[in-house]
Amino acid sequence: MASIPRSRPAPPSIKLSLSDPVVRAIVFQVLVVGGVALLVWYLVSNTMANMEARKIASGFGFLNREAGFAISEHSIDYSPADSYFRALVVGVLNTLIVAILGIILATILGTIIGIGRLAKNWLISQICSVYIEVMRNLPLALQLVFWYYAVILENLPSAREAHNPLPGVFVSSRGIMVPVPANDPTYGWMLIACLIGIVGTVLLSRWAKARQAATGQQFPMLRAAAGLILGLPLLAWLAGGAPTVLDWPELRGFNFQGGGTLTPEFAALLIGLVTYTAAFVAEIVRSGILAVSHGQTEASSALGLKRGLTLRLVILPQALRVIIPPMISQYLNITKNSSLAVLIGYPDLVSIANTTLNQTGQAIEGIGIIMMVYLTVSLSIAAFGNWYNKRIALTER
Amino acid sequence: MKHLGKIAATAAIALGALAGTANAQQSTLDAVKAKGFVQCGVNTGLAGFSAPDSQGVWKGLDVDMCRGVAAAVFGDANKVRYTGLTAQQRFTALQSGEVDILARNTTWTLARDTSLGLDFVAVNFYDGQGFMVKRTLNVKSAKELNGATVCVQPGTTTELNLADYFRANRMQFRPVVIEKLEEVVAAYLAGRCDAYTTDASGLASTRSAQGANANQHIILPEIISKEPLGPAVRHGDNKWADIVRWTFNVMVEAEEMGLTSGNIDSKMNDPNPGVQRLVGKTGDMGKMLGLENNWSYNIIKQVGNYGESYDRNVKPIGLERGVNELWSKGGIMYAPPVR
Ligand SMILES: N[C@@H](CCC(=O)N[C@@H](CS)C(=O)NCC(=O)O)C(=O)O
Repeated sequence: MASIPRSRPAPPSIKLSLSDPVVRAIVFQVLVVGGVALLVWYLVSNTMANMEARKIASGFGFLNREAGFAISEHSIDYSPADSYFRALVVGVLNTLIVAILGIILATILGTIIGIGRLAKNWLISQICSVYIEVMRNLPLALQLVFWYYAVILENLPSAREAHNPLPGVFVSSRGIMVPVPANDPTYGWMLIACLIGIVGTVLLSRWAKARQAATGQQFPMLRAAAGLILGLPLLAWLAGGAPTVLDWPELRGFNFQGGGTLTPEFAALLIGLVTYTAAFVAEIVRSGILAVSHGQTEASSALGLKRGLTLRLVILPQALRVIIPPMISQYLNITKNSSLAVLIGYPDLVSIANTTLNQTGQAIEGIGIIMMVYLTVSLSIAAFGNWYNKRIALTER
Repeated sequence: MKHLGKIAATAAIALGALAGTANAQQSTLDAVKAKGFVQCGVNTGLAGFSAPDSQGVWKGLDVDMCRGVAAAVFGDANKVRYTGLTAQQRFTALQSGEVDILARNTTWTLARDTSLGLDFVAVNFYDGQGFMVKRTLNVKSAKELNGATVCVQPGTTTELNLADYFRANRMQFRPVVIEKLEEVVAAYLAGRCDAYTTDASGLASTRSAQGANANQHIILPEIISKEPLGPAVRHGDNKWADIVRWTFNVMVEAEEMGLTSGNIDSKMNDPNPGVQRLVGKTGDMGKMLGLENNWSYNIIKQVGNYGESYDRNVKPIGLERGVNELWSKGGIMYAPPVR
């Protein structure tokens, strides 16, 4: 017979007590989640009941109905005979166009101003400081209305008295009209050639890096890239018979027909978003550069690197680590702020969704669509930013 | 953890508070009586229909609609508060209970009457959509507007009629869509658009607001739509709908019978049975609506009949009675009998 088991340390008593922090944490979390779920359920069921009682229509069936209203700017074909769904797609594209262009231009302008603020030249750095302070401290809505009404509409002549600074270029309160290349299949091929050039450049630069790591030989990457990205489309253009026909804007009746148009609404929104956001970008860039200690520059020049290389290989990679996270939030801001377009008549998503929900009376669905689109766009930007941030983050070895 | 506890407590309290108002389809009349005033959704400022004057007092045909209801309910036409609403905001404001009446030159359409959860109760102005252009444009007819840029407010029937009209006539146009009235007008004045389109009444109002410059703008002869404008209430509260509807009918019938705010006191003993009912002496009309029997007297005394309201508000912006004249005088303004 086995001996009496020797006394082991008593198993920890599984006594549930609210004074146990672990138990407490779980209990509260369950309570909170339950409370939130209850709240959501309550709000949803209450809303549905109220809507039913008042006979307010619900559901997404309206998306297939004819929209019936016109939209001034559309990057895909659209007419009032199209569906609400298509109208909303037009809105999403308009939002994306202004957001993407805004992000690119604000980054460029902001970087210039940020560097300008660090300039040794007193005047330049003062001008940049004043710019940043003024722009950051005026509400964006006010700035947009200012650009649209006070600057653009008040100062530009009517279509019939349009300024004509260059042949084929007209500036009036209808916007800026420019000649654009007339439709030709060659342009499609040029786009493809350009894409091939970009892919080729990426592959080539990988190869060049590997070779430099292995043999120490450098490869004239810049010239090769230019050749690929610009040269290939040029070849495609020549191969397509070098089309040079332009579509000229021409005043016919009330307005200019043909050519490309930059409308006052789009211009005001883009200028407003870019000049406003650039002020924030400038501060981010400045702080990023200041965050890299001067010792790095000195060390790098002690190693014999030239100024340009120092900037590119030593300062920028380190500054970027500081710059990227706040920059992403500025990109998100531009996207969200673009919804102020409603103030100045640019048909962005919010403006079109508002019209839709007003004509159909389906406010909840309309707001739902707006939220979904913004959430998707914002999360994509954030995800891309985080991915990039991780890529350039300090890898400790 | 303390933090989470607090959040949980807050959520519980919020839930409790919300549960209190659960599904309360409270009668609008009771709610209005309890708070002591009628909350009225109006224009942000359209002279003749609803606009604050230099003293900040709201005036206009739509304003009188609300004042009439306040007179009927409280015996005091001044017990009204106004909420200025853009075309985009107006329906949600009514649906959500932010306002009790929407009297904001809103066109009665099938879609609005059904799927928006509203009920239109009367037509207080028969209107139609028109175009305004600058005189210098040398345009005499809307049919000449092919290729024009047109300023318009979103969320309106205007926006839809505009697209319909150009489609029907196989013409092209470019819209410039701006929500706020003063801003869409500013864009038109600054030359962003060749034409501005809205209800003819709105055009007249905007044109007259230009003062000395009014004659630089012309309103084109074409009327491209029917715009029966009238007050709306939330769907499902028939008692409140009745009160608003019959407030309006009293104003029209008072005009038919020659009762005005000036002469009603001297007509109290008029032998005409119709007048007797309208001044609240016989018939118990007020009781049937759940109001005092002097409700109609108060409307006529304090707000006046429809014609008085029209002359006081709409005449000054340069609009003659036209179709809004009484049916007995060649117009189509007609009210079911108060009896
Ligand atoms: N009757 C049309 C249009 C009503 C409308 O919004 N009209 C404009 C122009 S007259 C207006 O009243 N705007 C005033 C404002 O936005 O406050 C409708 O019901 O959709």
